[in-house]
Amino acid sequence: MSFISYLINGLSLGSVYAIIALGYTMVYGIAKMLNFAHGDVIMIGAYTSFIAMTQAGFSPAVSVIIAVCVCTVLGIVIERIAYKPLRNASSSLAVLITAIGVSYLLQNIALLVFGENAKTFQSVIKWKGVSLADGKLNISGETIVTIAVCLIIMVVLMIFVQKTKPGQAMRAVSEDKGAAQLMGINVNATIALTFAIGSALAAVAGVMYCSAYPTLSPYTGSMPGIKAFVAAVFGGIGSIPGAFIGGLLLGVIEIFGKAYISSLLADAIVFAVLIIVLLVKPTGLLGKKIQEKV
Amino acid sequence: MALLDVKNLGISFGGLRAVNAFDISIEKEELYGLIGPNGAGKTTVFNLLTGVYKPDSGKILLDGQDITGKKTIDISKAGVARTFQNIRLFKKLSVLDNVKVGLHNKHHYSTFEGILRLPGYRWVEREMNERAMELLKVFNLEDAAHVDAANLPYGQQRRLEIARALATEPKLLLLDEPAAGMNPNETGELMDMIRLVRDNFHMTILLIEHDMKLVSGICERLTVLNFGEILAQGKTAEVLNDPQVITAYLGE
Amino acid sequence: MTSMLKKMNKNTKSNLITYGIVIAAFIIMQTLISTGSISSLLEGLMVPLCYYVILAVSLNLVVGILGELSLGHAGFMCVGAFSSAFFSKCMRDVITVEPLRFLLALLIGVLVAAVFGILIGIPVLRLKGDYLAIVTLAFGEIIKNLVNVLYIGKDSNGFHFSTKDVMALNMEADGTVIVNGPQGITGTPKDATFFIGFILILITLFIVTNLINSRDGRAIMSIRDNRIAAESVGINITKYKLMAFTISAALAGAAGVLYAHNLSTLTANTNNFGYNQSIMILVFVVLGGIGSIRGSIIAAVVLTLLPEMLRGLSDYRMLIYAIVLIVMMLFNWAPKAIEWREKYFKFGRKKKEAVK
Repeated sequence: MSFISYLINGLSLGSVYAIIALGYTMVYGIAKMLNFAHGDVIMIGAYTSFIAMTQAGFSPAVSVIIAVCVCTVLGIVIERIAYKPLRNASSSLAVLITAIGVSYLLQNIALLVFGENAKTFQSVIKWKGVSLADGKLNISGETIVTIAVCLIIMVVLMIFVQKTKPGQAMRAVSEDKGAAQLMGINVNATIALTFAIGSALAAVAGVMYCSAYPTLSPYTGSMPGIKAFVAAVFGGIGSIPGAFIGGLLLGVIEIFGKAYISSLLADAIVFAVLIIVLLVKPTGLLGKKIQEKV
Repeated sequence: MALLDVKNLGISFGGLRAVNAFDISIEKEELYGLIGPNGAGKTTVFNLLTGVYKPDSGKILLDGQDITGKKTIDISKAGVARTFQNIRLFKKLSVLDNVKVGLHNKHHYSTFEGILRLPGYRWVEREMNERAMELLKVFNLEDAAHVDAANLPYGQQRRLEIARALATEPKLLLLDEPAAGMNPNETGELMDMIRLVRDNFHMTILLIEHDMKLVSGICERLTVLNFGEILAQGKTAEVLNDPQVITAYLGE
Repeated sequence: MTSMLKKMNKNTKSNLITYGIVIAAFIIMQTLISTGSISSLLEGLMVPLCYYVILAVSLNLVVGILGELSLGHAGFMCVGAFSSAFFSKCMRDVITVEPLRFLLALLIGVLVAAVFGILIGIPVLRLKGDYLAIVTLAFGEIIKNLVNVLYIGKDSNGFHFSTKDVMALNMEADGTVIVNGPQGITGTPKDATFFIGFILILITLFIVTNLINSRDGRAIMSIRDNRIAAESVGINITKYKLMAFTISAALAGAAGVLYAHNLSTLTANTNNFGYNQSIMILVFVVLGGIGSIRGSIIAAVVLTLLPEMLRGLSDYRMLIYAIVLIVMMLFNWAPKAIEWREKYFKFGRKKKEAVK
């Protein structure tokens, strides 16, 4: 039984990673940048929801919507001010460092506004969950909702990217910005939309993460951010199903590592698996192989 | 014996036969042209000869030595040097340093000597500088020796690529569209330069080119490639008058 | 020939200026310290400044000269720190001549870091771009995690190892714990001084600048500029990538030795040996100008001192630091900002040379 409950916990954590990784992978696919500030958007999302619930007295559902709105706007603003001017910079490292600057900025704003002390996040899920096999196997409401939300987001994103006009524009821009522009696609708007979606997902992920792991501090987002980045690379960065699978696998590996090997080494195991996967498949599980033309 | 002897060379990419049954035999100090319409597989032949791609079939003999399927670095050491259709220079290095990278395998001192600036370093660096400057002089680039390669005008970048290739002291020099993007004046100068390289360095040269003036002006023999297959092969004048070749170039 | 001499002079001149700046800075700071006209807080920052400079210069070898993004530099620093601290603690009472003990510790730290550089470099350098970056980050985190579960003790029977806890070491009564898991190593002799740090910076500079201006350095830079062309003229890509990576790791190891011998307690956490630190070092390199050694030094010094200088602003200092970082990046790199600068100032040309 404990194996199954670990597996379910792993899938739950993995679902959170997957939601973040989906945002990460879309942003990477289109802007070709490692957005180090993505994890901190998660943290801002969680704080927004927290404040909306505790200070303003909104219901959990409304607080999530507020968090999504705030993060969406935040994502667009960050892209516009900090990343867009560097889109054609001579080194791709420039925007990476700026993203690190934005990450510091968000953390320190949170530090000033909310203080250093960790807050106890109240779960947005009031449902107790289900109890199976005569109470031997308990699955919490958070777990079920997280996994369900993740699945829904994945499916909606796939349909959006494949079937809708803006989604197709996104794919076109990620393939070739110049050609997309010539075809009459508004590249700036498409990139902004991608950041908006990525950040909205980060808000959702932030709320789900903190519902499952209720301590909230200005640094809450950085490790899940890095993990989700690993998940995205793991699945093949730029690929939506890749991010989903990568996230789930990562969550399961982490929980199993904690349970069966050592809680101190869980992160090391996650990273070791990533290394092995990349050495066997240098562009991740579902990544495209790119051959340089001579 | 021919310097380059290629028999039945072929490669496929995902079911598409890019080059098929390619034979060529080039004599020492010959100036040989490889021509054909766009997409005929000319650059693929260069990539096969330099080990960028491994052939599915066939044999490549360089001066009697089998270099089929060897790695690029070993083929370079065996004596094949090339230039690229889309110029590939070391852009942030100076013109002089570009040539000195070409000299890398001909002049040695250890990492240790280099970091500690031991006498070995000073001797060999002086040797390399002199040799590199000689090469730059041949290509009229000596005044630009300390300019970053990225800042050279286009025509000079093409010439620098040839100088860098020659620095490896090859037996066979492969030039991929050396006159691309040049005006008629520059092309004329380039033709003289290629002849000069052949005569002064006793070099065997195989070149890909679309400029028919250059091809008919300096190539002694030609191979025409079309859809990965050899269409014609022989003396330049004869090949260029072959009705099949004319059709391939001008269409029906 | 004369133009060639000019060029050599230019390179040497630039390097001499860098050495000059470092030496002058050392003399000024040393004078200020000896006359007591400097706060003890600032004085305490001198050794950290030295290891940050070494870290920045050594990372620049990978990022600026080899052209690969590494996010695991702090991992090599960690390896150097722990191996040397382990040695120094064991030898604390055996070798009492401080400089000799430190020298041996330094050699061990550098060597172990170099070995890790080779072991990690071989798999990592097969990857490209962002994939390479994430794997270096992964290795850095693994090193940090492993150090945290490492227990080493010593008794009359020799050394004991465990990855569980102190009890699992099974030592005799006379045993002492040397490496104590998350508590790390306590009681490392504080052998590092500002002067030693200064000498190490000079050695680092000597190695890196001389390497760059040598046959091997050219080979490394040719891979950065065009891998396919480098291969076509017979440059052994793997060999030179590995060389740059290993030398860089070894120098980071030296910085780690300095770090370990500046504190009495050595632990591995996110802020000193985690990806946060690796990213911090990368910020020095990029802000100082990718590939510019002098820029790395200046950026490392300025960015290490900046939070201290802003101390008066207390809570706002890290916020201002973040804003300064973003604004400087935009000002230095945004094509529009560069255009604007070239129009109104004469900065444009100077900047280009610095990046070289």
